[in-house]
Amino acid sequence: MSWLTSFLGWLGEFFGDPANWSGPGGIPARLTEHLEFSALALALAVLVAVPVGLAIGHTGRGQLVVVVAANLARALPTLGVLVLFVLLLGTSSIWPVIIPLVLLAVPPILVNTYEGIRGVEPELRDAAYGMGLRGGQVLGQVLVPVALPLILLGLRLSAIQVVATTTVAAYTGLGGLGRYVIDGFATKDYSSVVGGSVLIVAFALVVQAAFTLVQRVTVSPGVSRRLKVRQPPARKENSR
Amino acid sequence: MITFDEVTKRYPDGTVAVDRLSLEAPTGEITVLVGPSGCGKTTSLRMINRMIDASEGRILLDGVPVEGIDPPTLRRGIGYVIQQAGLFPHRKIVDNVATVPYLLGWDRRKARDRAMELLERVGLDPSLAGRYPFQLSGGQQQRVGVARALAADPPVLLMDEPFSAVDPIVRTSLQDELLRLQAELNKTIVFVTHDIDEAIKLGDRVAVLRVGGTLAQLADPKTLLSRPADDFVREFLGHDRGIRRLQFVPTSGLELRTDLAVAPGASGPDGEPWHLALTPEGRPAGWVPRDEPERLERYGTFVLGRDSLRSALDAALLSPSGCAVAVDGDGKVVGVATRDALDRALAEAADG
Repeated sequence: MSWLTSFLGWLGEFFGDPANWSGPGGIPARLTEHLEFSALALALAVLVAVPVGLAIGHTGRGQLVVVVAANLARALPTLGVLVLFVLLLGTSSIWPVIIPLVLLAVPPILVNTYEGIRGVEPELRDAAYGMGLRGGQVLGQVLVPVALPLILLGLRLSAIQVVATTTVAAYTGLGGLGRYVIDGFATKDYSSVVGGSVLIVAFALVVQAAFTLVQRVTVSPGVSRRLKVRQPPARKENSR
Repeated sequence: MITFDEVTKRYPDGTVAVDRLSLEAPTGEITVLVGPSGCGKTTSLRMINRMIDASEGRILLDGVPVEGIDPPTLRRGIGYVIQQAGLFPHRKIVDNVATVPYLLGWDRRKARDRAMELLERVGLDPSLAGRYPFQLSGGQQQRVGVARALAADPPVLLMDEPFSAVDPIVRTSLQDELLRLQAELNKTIVFVTHDIDEAIKLGDRVAVLRVGGTLAQLADPKTLLSRPADDFVREFLGHDRGIRRLQFVPTSGLELRTDLAVAPGASGPDGEPWHLALTPEGRPAGWVPRDEPERLERYGTFVLGRDSLRSALDAALLSPSGCAVAVDGDGKVVGVATRDALDRALAEAADG
């Protein structure tokens, strides 16, 4: 059990040190940086991927874009792209880090948004047009609400990846929670490494939980089928 | 009135789905388009609300060509019911029904009130209004589909195989419900089905289409059954065409015997192998064989004047005596139609 003792020891050391709770290198500041980078990257990715995914899913035109994006997502080595952008753009701004994060975040959102819209039953689309909804109304009032679970899934996958990868951004000298891990390794300060890792994991879990909550609030119970199926009164169906 | 004027639908690959179709769906009547798959019945229906545009010819709605009307505007004025109902899963039942009123910009409350009214109209419990489609059975969903189509009170209703995905018992109740509704509402309905029985039951006029999208025959059901235009129609109608025709022959002309129905305690007429025992209220109790006065055998009834000769024949086949019991609307016995009486009625029906 010695590893556990030393682990807890490091944790105590890291979180017990008052110096770690204030100043530019303190936990609140690092946490805020981490959140800012991740949120910025995710927001930009959403701005690009959601409209494109909706448009391609709704019109059926440009499906090649989705295929290419899906394949790129599998093929692209994040760290490589990160280093490449840093080499190209320097480290004077946050963009060399943000751009790779956006590139990383776009494919899951794009693919899931597209698949979500595409996967809506054709009868439903047909019924919506047949009722007299216009194209935009069909998309906004029917397709998006029905596809929302998949769209949010894409967002969540991207968010988790971005949060995890933002850690790597510390390699390039940027802030965020990754600093504790990378600096800790460099100075053999294992309490910093362990404390930083725990913070990163906790942060990722909080993001997961936040998305679950968003999903709960925004997805109709009729789509998520969260409600219990109550047996409707039988009398009408059988008596006529 | 909906008019098809030499309407053709040709797809880019050259396939002709509908070929110079001309027919009229009169106002206030149910016109059924029926035929095997590939006969263009659904295509024809969908050309009315411009879900598909005709390649040639015109479709007129009360004299106005539909091609000149912006499709969403056109569709909001036409009720549309499809197979599987196509309800919006994310909306509650009441909001599903209110779809078109919302689109037309009705006040939210008025739209919901109207939706509630329609739920009752189509035979649904108002307590279902707050549920989501997945919480309803297939038959209930289909009723909601009908209510949704009726919400803005459109004069025209298009129904594309609306009842084909539910089980036979529910289907029968939905068909009866549609006929009851139509008696109240008098909509101009175009109804597509591949089921000839459904067509004959629901249609004021039935258009039989053949593969390739041409009209084989347009007639009322009775004429269709008695005078099919050609072999295709005859075959499509099936082998029991003669029996089915009987559902259009009234029972009011049947000769009835009253001496076979016997009050409680009394004995049957001499020389008859069976007599019908009555309850004190005058309802049928059962058939009694002459040599076993204690036995009661099952019987079949038909409502005189309301039910068809087909029901009377069915009632006769259900009784060991071979006779059908004629009752009035309250279930009281009016008389008995014997085999001889039925034979004479059948012979007359065969002539006419």
